[in-house]
Amino acid sequence: MAEFLQQLLNGLSLGAIYALIALGYTMVYGVLRFINFAHSDVFMVGAFIGYFAGRIVPEGTLWGGLVVLLVAMAGCALLGMLIERLAYRPLRGAPTLNVLITAIGVSLLLEYSGQVFFGAAPRTFPAILPSANFTLGGLVLSSNQLVVIVVAVLLMIGLELVVHRTKIGMAMRAVSLNPRAAQLVGVNNDVVISFTFGLGSALAAAGGVLYALNYPSIDPLMGVMPGLKAFVAAILGGIGNIPGAALGGLLLGVVETFVSGSQWSTYKDAIAFAILIVILLFRPAGLLGRATIEKV
Amino acid sequence: MPRPHVALLLSLVAAYGFSNFPGGLDPYLLDVLTGIGINIILAVSLNLVNGYTGQFSLGHAGFMSVGAYLSSAVSLFVAPKLVGELSAAGPVTQGAVFLAALVTGGFCAALAGLLVGVPSLRLRGDYLALVTLGFGEIIRVIFQNIEVLGGALGLNAIPASTSLVWVLAVAAVTVFVVHCLVESTYGRGFLATRDDEIAAAAVGLNPTRYKIVAFVVAAFFAGVAGGLYAHFKLTITPTGFDFTRSIEIVVMVILGGMGNAVGVILAAVLLTVLPEVLRPIAEYRMILYSLLLVLLMLLRPQGLFQFPARRPRG
Repeated sequence: MAEFLQQLLNGLSLGAIYALIALGYTMVYGVLRFINFAHSDVFMVGAFIGYFAGRIVPEGTLWGGLVVLLVAMAGCALLGMLIERLAYRPLRGAPTLNVLITAIGVSLLLEYSGQVFFGAAPRTFPAILPSANFTLGGLVLSSNQLVVIVVAVLLMIGLELVVHRTKIGMAMRAVSLNPRAAQLVGVNNDVVISFTFGLGSALAAAGGVLYALNYPSIDPLMGVMPGLKAFVAAILGGIGNIPGAALGGLLLGVVETFVSGSQWSTYKDAIAFAILIVILLFRPAGLLGRATIEKV
Repeated sequence: MPRPHVALLLSLVAAYGFSNFPGGLDPYLLDVLTGIGINIILAVSLNLVNGYTGQFSLGHAGFMSVGAYLSSAVSLFVAPKLVGELSAAGPVTQGAVFLAALVTGGFCAALAGLLVGVPSLRLRGDYLALVTLGFGEIIRVIFQNIEVLGGALGLNAIPASTSLVWVLAVAAVTVFVVHCLVESTYGRGFLATRDDEIAAAAVGLNPTRYKIVAFVVAAFFAGVAGGLYAHFKLTITPTGFDFTRSIEIVVMVILGGMGNAVGVILAAVLLTVLPEVLRPIAEYRMILYSLLLVLLMLLRPQGLFQFPARRPRG
């Protein structure tokens, strides 16, 4: 039982990171209806910004960690908006496939640039936060795991407030519902889309820093697998659906942790895709999504 | 004789001529040419799915890996039991064994294509892309876990049976089969499925069937290409067939202009040669490659080699 709870806890902290990345995917899909393949590499850049910022701030302090997190988020928000402006905006209205290929191109560009500028060898992420282990009736919770869960929850609450309580959030929901109608009532789609990219990328950066805190070995290709899995999480919850992405991320993290703790551990990378296939075959709208009917 | 058949015959003769090239080719050039040939097979077969039938598959490398592994298994484990030591056998036996290995790899890949295609082809667009991507990754993880096939280390010491003549011949056959299939009366169904699935169904075609046929045929050729690749590189690992490989193939199809056979072949050649040409700038070449990809999509979204259709005169 204790082991079960321990795995559940580990799963939730991994799932919280997936959820943060998945939110970016789902928001971009909501407003633009395409898969932003470069998102997983924004996550990687976030971890690297955290790495460089982490060497400046004093180690083992709480405010240092906060500064690193905010710097990474701001940097990636800019990067996300830049990518959108340069690569995706000129293709607005082009066939999905072309946008998809562009996204893949941007993703490769970030990965290869990372390999040239940061080097392909893994680097050790500095221990920015003070670390301690809390034991609670047989359960071990590291302070990093705790930070992951707390930060992720705070960010998700923040996102919920932005989306539902602010004007720009309302505009985001309007664009995701119907971009043309939103334009007709005076929403500036370009601004909203740019903002969405910034917001999503900032969350991915937070995910990157948190991921690096727990798995302190970062390299330019670190984003590929978490990115794909977070995308699966977004679909699992229902793509375009913000609470769905959070739910999907947590579920996926938990399932993956249980699989890697079992005798099937070598299949842990396959499980996410198996879930993806099953969900797409039986409930393509996702757990929280609403099925759409195709009209002829 | 119809033109495609003449073209096939000519290219087979040319391939044979190549193999008897006096003095032989520079090994580096041979390497690049073999790579080009394999990529042509992959791109042209994927074009049947992505270009002509309008389905977006991101799992081509998965089928390639099935072909690579199964054909290597035939050469490594089955053939020695049937014909004894390969290196001691005559050229005809060696050729026959290789052909059998390639065809086995192809059929196993086709079977995998059928297994993947039947459930997933109900989905469309992005979703289909993701499911095929998922299947490709699952195939990779499965191979990583099969101890007989080397697990994560992969297989090595595969006999070096692939020669340029094999690659060129298979590439010619692939182009021929895909061309004839699409240009046949039956093959019009692929285009109809792409253009409008509902309309195609309304005139009595079965779009699902067409999609599955396209998928299986493409998987077959991907498997054969995988077999050629394995017997060319002599060592294969599961990670060599991850989804970046699939993306490379998709990029060839899209740059060539989806459904444009000549364009896809040119794109396969270009994208194989490009990293080689960029070799002098070493570490920056892949950056340039990805940058070119983005720029091409921005500036020529219809594909590099897709030109406006000629209007009939009159």
